[in-house]
Amino acid sequence: MISNLINRKIFTLLKVQYSNMLEYRVEIALWAISGIIPFFMLNIWTNNNLNESINISETLLSRYFLCAFFVRQFSVVWVVFSFEEDSLMGKVSPYLIQPLNPFFRYFAQHLAEQITRFPFALIIAFFFFIFNPESIWIPNLGILLLSIVSTFLSFLIQFLIQSIVACLCFWTEKASSIERLLFIPTLFLSGLLAPVVSFPTYVKSWIYLTPFPYLIDFPANLLSGNETNIIGGLIMQILWIFILFPLFKKIWSEGTKKYTAMGS
Amino acid sequence: MVQNIIDVRNLSKSFDISSKEPGLKGTIKHFFRRQTKSLKVIKDISFEIKEGEIVGFLGANGAGKTTILKMLCGLIYPSEGSILVSGYLPFRRKENFLKNITLIMGQKQQLIWDLPPIESFYLNASIYDLDKFEAKKRIKKLSEMLEIDEELFIPVRKLSLGQRMKSELLAALIHQPNILFLDEPTLGLDINAQRNLRKFLQKYNEETNATICLTSHYMKDITSLCKRVICVHEGAISYDGKLDLLLKKLSPVKEILIVCRSEEDAIKLENSGFSVKNKIKNEITIKIENNSITSSLKTILNNFDIEDLFINEPPIDEVIGKVLIKKDYDI
Repeated sequence: MISNLINRKIFTLLKVQYSNMLEYRVEIALWAISGIIPFFMLNIWTNNNLNESINISETLLSRYFLCAFFVRQFSVVWVVFSFEEDSLMGKVSPYLIQPLNPFFRYFAQHLAEQITRFPFALIIAFFFFIFNPESIWIPNLGILLLSIVSTFLSFLIQFLIQSIVACLCFWTEKASSIERLLFIPTLFLSGLLAPVVSFPTYVKSWIYLTPFPYLIDFPANLLSGNETNIIGGLIMQILWIFILFPLFKKIWSEGTKKYTAMGS
Repeated sequence: MVQNIIDVRNLSKSFDISSKEPGLKGTIKHFFRRQTKSLKVIKDISFEIKEGEIVGFLGANGAGKTTILKMLCGLIYPSEGSILVSGYLPFRRKENFLKNITLIMGQKQQLIWDLPPIESFYLNASIYDLDKFEAKKRIKKLSEMLEIDEELFIPVRKLSLGQRMKSELLAALIHQPNILFLDEPTLGLDINAQRNLRKFLQKYNEETNATICLTSHYMKDITSLCKRVICVHEGAISYDGKLDLLLKKLSPVKEILIVCRSEEDAIKLENSGFSVKNKIKNEITIKIENNSITSSLKTILNNFDIEDLFINEPPIDEVIGKVLIKKDYDI
């Protein structure tokens, strides 16, 4: 019954947020276009024949970067910025006295944005295939489903990491500057600029202990059909969620005690 | 016997405030060594509020009224003391407690800016576990009470301030809370919108027996809604009791403008021992203490030839203004 109620709340939140997001469809199209970093990286890699150094064909590499683009489109998170603004402007106050954690609102906002973004991402992929017809492939259904699960888990990990950072607003007020520190390892270690396999072995062994390669590298490899440890990757994603969720709950509970409801 | 729904004992709240000296030197000093001090904004206050009461919190800007409301609804954590609201510790924010209360802050909105208010109403309804049928019924009833109709379907950003405020109220009351915390609910509204809002709150209180805690700088809000007021001065309670008793205490005399038939009568009255404020031709203004007003008027009417008289109440804002700058009113 409890899960039914939560589902109903989330479903309504999602519906309302989706209607809200449709008001911003032009902005969302632009955001989708702004996420084409992987295609620039693909260009750099192929023009310099860097794929040969990691024994991966040009076709597989282009599929990897297309998948990295897709995973990024459906796992991008900005909760720290929304929460920081709402917290500083006092907008969080009415949400705090409702029987639903305010982070569910942000969660629904992100999901609604992803749904709105989906057709634009497909259009971009369509153009990608026109210019790279050799990269066209159809992943098998099982792999596709696992990739969707893995991308969602990646989104959850990023959402939890940013939510933890967002809660620091209760102490520092400018938590987004901490997020900017995290942006650097996320950019370099997640697989957005280069597949993690291209890193030296001793660096890789450390990287795989962090949550970063499970954000883009693992789901993108999975979807593009590159060799990857599927079970190990999924276990690591779930493990990180199990580590981050209690941490978020703890920091949320301590943080709200510090809340001063400023700006309201 | 009516039960206490809010019970506050020895409540205090302190905030850590950082201060910075002006100029570049101050900025550099502030960057390397931040000076913070603890500021006690609420100082050991205690009070109770009974179910169905409408209580006005009065005080100057920064006196601590809003901080008290924020602690009562569980938004901020008290530093010392205890609060029980409807049997719950507010800060724990238990679901049943949250379903019983609402907080409305003038000009702070929970409605989704780009969507019509109706979307926010249904969202709130689902957050408070109301089914669609019940939500529809309540939206209809509240929108009738608030006299809003087609505004429900217009994006919030296109509504006037008054229409937005009414929609905010509807959103905040859809779950039919028993306790309303209203922080300056009429802020920025025109006179008609203020009056309508007051009428609505009065009606809501009568129909649901809801308890209302209200802060406002518009004295009309306080005088037309609250029988009881709690005056807050620098974080402490300076008066807690009936509003009319406070007004009597603060304005013990009434001014009476008497229009005499002739100037001679006015001169006779001027010299008859009453405290005279001013005299212009045949019009004379005298001050009479509240407790002797009947006997004094009898004497005047029996002994002087009076054409007309007017009893002037001192302006309420002026009277209440006195309470905002004084520490203690012992009634």
